[in-house]
Amino acid sequence: MKEPLIYDLSSPGREGIQLPAPDVPPARLPAEFIREDLDLPEVSEVDVVRHYLRLSQLNYGIDKGFYPLGSCTMKYNPKLNEDVARLPGFVALHPYQHPDTVQGALEVMYQVQEWLKEIGGFAGVSLQPAAGAHGEFTGILMMRAYHLSRGDTKRTKVLIPDSAHGTNPASTSMSGLQVVELPSDPRGNIDMAALCQQCDDTVVGLMITNPNTLGLFEEHILDVVKCVHDCGGLVYGDGANLNALMGIVRPGDLGFDVMHYNLHKTFSTPHGGGGPGSGPVGVSERLVPFLPGPIVEIVEEAEDETSPPVYGFRMPEKSIGRVKSFYGQFGIIVRAYAYMLVNGGPGLRKVSEMAVLNANYLRVRLQGVYPIPYNRINMHEFVAEGRFPDAEGIRALDISKRLMDYGFHPPTNYFPLIVHEALMIEPTETESKETLDAFADALLAIAREAHEQPELLREAPHITPVGRLDEVRAAKELVLCCRPIPVGKDT
Amino acid sequence: MSYIPHTEADIKAMLEAIGVGGIEELFRDVPEAFRFPELALPEGLSQMEAGWLLEEISSTNLPGGKVPIFLGAGAYNHYIPPVVGHVLLRGEFLTSYTPYQPEVSQGTLQAIFEYQSMICALTGMEVSNASHYDGATSLAEAVLLAINSVRDRRKIILSCGIHPEYRQVVRTYTQGMGLTIVGDEGCEADVQALIGQIDDQTAMVAVQYPNFFGQIEDVKLVIEAAHARGALACVVADPIALGLLKPPGAWGADIVVGEGQGLGIPLSFGGPYLGFFATREKYVRKMAGRLVGETVDVHGQPGYVLTLATREQHIRREKATSNICTNQGLMALAAAVYMSVMGKHGLRKVAELCYHKAHYAADEINKLADYSVDFSKPFFKEFVVQCPRSVAEINEDLLDLYEIIGGFDLEQMYPARRNQMLVAVTEMNTRDEIDEFVRALGEVAK
Repeated sequence: MKEPLIYDLSSPGREGIQLPAPDVPPARLPAEFIREDLDLPEVSEVDVVRHYLRLSQLNYGIDKGFYPLGSCTMKYNPKLNEDVARLPGFVALHPYQHPDTVQGALEVMYQVQEWLKEIGGFAGVSLQPAAGAHGEFTGILMMRAYHLSRGDTKRTKVLIPDSAHGTNPASTSMSGLQVVELPSDPRGNIDMAALCQQCDDTVVGLMITNPNTLGLFEEHILDVVKCVHDCGGLVYGDGANLNALMGIVRPGDLGFDVMHYNLHKTFSTPHGGGGPGSGPVGVSERLVPFLPGPIVEIVEEAEDETSPPVYGFRMPEKSIGRVKSFYGQFGIIVRAYAYMLVNGGPGLRKVSEMAVLNANYLRVRLQGVYPIPYNRINMHEFVAEGRFPDAEGIRALDISKRLMDYGFHPPTNYFPLIVHEALMIEPTETESKETLDAFADALLAIAREAHEQPELLREAPHITPVGRLDEVRAAKELVLCCRPIPVGKDT
Repeated sequence: MSYIPHTEADIKAMLEAIGVGGIEELFRDVPEAFRFPELALPEGLSQMEAGWLLEEISSTNLPGGKVPIFLGAGAYNHYIPPVVGHVLLRGEFLTSYTPYQPEVSQGTLQAIFEYQSMICALTGMEVSNASHYDGATSLAEAVLLAINSVRDRRKIILSCGIHPEYRQVVRTYTQGMGLTIVGDEGCEADVQALIGQIDDQTAMVAVQYPNFFGQIEDVKLVIEAAHARGALACVVADPIALGLLKPPGAWGADIVVGEGQGLGIPLSFGGPYLGFFATREKYVRKMAGRLVGETVDVHGQPGYVLTLATREQHIRREKATSNICTNQGLMALAAAVYMSVMGKHGLRKVAELCYHKAHYAADEINKLADYSVDFSKPFFKEFVVQCPRSVAEINEDLLDLYEIIGGFDLEQMYPARRNQMLVAVTEMNTRDEIDEFVRALGEVAK
């Protein structure tokens, strides 16, 4: 491959942009604060276009093909979303403009709050959190604040199943609380005995992913919730897997007190190579006063049917505070709203139904060849093992890398931690039967290769821009920046 | 309409393969009493109708970036070269996930590596991560780094010249940590007063450069004073200002963070933006967030990977430096493309245009009988104007009578700053606009 670094394309004196000449008299610059040099590239516009276009060609995205990355819900990102988010009436709004001049933006936010409340079965929603982990952290802070507001200061434990995303324990310790890990039972559910044993008056709450990261719907969910509520704890739902549940069941109805939504998963906004996401939180009645704000409310009801209401911002009375500047990832919220409008209520149920159908179909196509440790009807994803008893030395990673040669993005590897050599597969609803069949055929072919030509797997990938990379060296001989540290200058 | 490709025949064949009689049977584990709730939501629209509806809704807004605007306070109307938007729309960048599989993610990885390099150059620092959510959360993560790096110290000093919302976010983030946060009780950014609060319990002191009031403070003094007491010094910087001003790294700052929105990212009503975060190499293992490093592949050719993952939540779980997972990847790409196309000379020119235009505006406003500008310290692209009456009322008149968006009403966040307007001027404000703004201010004085 080898596309040079942008700095290596640099030529002294070359400029990529022409700016207007100053139309005002120059002011005196404060010499003691002026920098001598700025070490940025010197390239032309066409250099920049070609460089980044060539870099883009080294990437794999949903627009290129199937991307069954488990727990990431890599569904098709509709183009309409991109167009509407770029309308001048959305993209050119300053966050501190007077509310009268941004009523349309507030309407979008209000509607998304309302839709999310209805989909999740919650009493309140805040759009502030910027991503899923940010929403989790927000949720835990709210749970903590709720107990403290009642003078209940003993509660410091957060119960987290061993199948949880790593963000769950990390969010908990950032809140100054202790993590207690819960084991899973042989059917992939939370071990009820272990749970009930931990449930006492020191429990802040339980963080649960449902369906869990094995793709299984918790079979005793009502008992789980009851056990936690009975000891005075709250239940946090990790909404990363909401794509299985829209119109199927509302977490709020099951007794969940908080859940974050991943607009960049369930609601089709693009992942952008690692964000921006958006992680709104929904809460039950008792947590509404603690939501981060500001949130959008109707401040003046509509006078009649033809005129709109007046929207405004409000900070909830016992709010945990702001979790970011301004109001959330507005541009992402607009995209999600476009997606909601196009699907409508019945369409969202269909989304979840087809997501679950696709995942079960793939599981059935692979079972018998790939070990599936919890082989029962799953929800929107499932976990297979990437190893074979009679093909020694082949690991999940080898299978994943070999899938690249077949033109597919690999599944999630080595997660959840409770499955050996995990291959976590989430097809999403936007993939056709033909695509699923082609992917299953590739995995079955790879299973044959694992036995007959194992080196094809071990040396894979063969056709990607680079081969397997030396991650140990990357961590040992840290090279994080291609520029020399500016010594002596500007000091 | 929907984005689902299945035909009825597909669904039937798939159900048969699974061995169930209907879709409903896939949901038997869901408690029956709560299964298939009727959602009180409308029917779906066609893409055409949804597009029309959103266009209609958007048209009720006044796009601030399309009229003369003098509002900044942490979000700025800067020029975005067309190439930025075009690169961002490449599906290979837009629709990829966090680059966990480096062999099929070299585009994202190299772009982030270049972003990290350019952020280091801009700030004068040694390492940069791949981004945080925004400037406010970057500052909060800086506090976490300091608390984890400086042993047994729990005091954080924040200048009141730091964006008020950033300080609120720091307090939200740290509410369970038992920290003492001081320094921002008043409403005058005062370096000497700040320095006076640094003691041997202080883990970190943070200042903003230029500060929230647009002023360029002597952050060098603060950095030196922090180091003298064994504390870290963090500077919240405006990246456009760094096109012209000395980088905080040159004065020995330990952490430089800020809001990267000015680097090619639209106003978009406050997000998505870009939190940049740069520090010294010695703190890299305490730093949060994704990090791209250079390495080689099995054939010995260079390539890039996410590295030092042992700091992160998916490996370290509750012992991770932070819970951050998804960050602002595409926004970091926007900043990389922006800094590339602006380059060494362009960013400097943008910064100079901001500086000169802001000073022209300040001089002209100061000539008005009823207004005075605070010239007590040097400033960059924002300055404080003492107005003859309430800023809210003036702004209302500016909008209604002249369709101009006036400056930020400081009284909203600093109650003692009555009738003070924070005016922002960028390269996007023409002299004609500025003249019109000054004339309008004069006319609405009474």
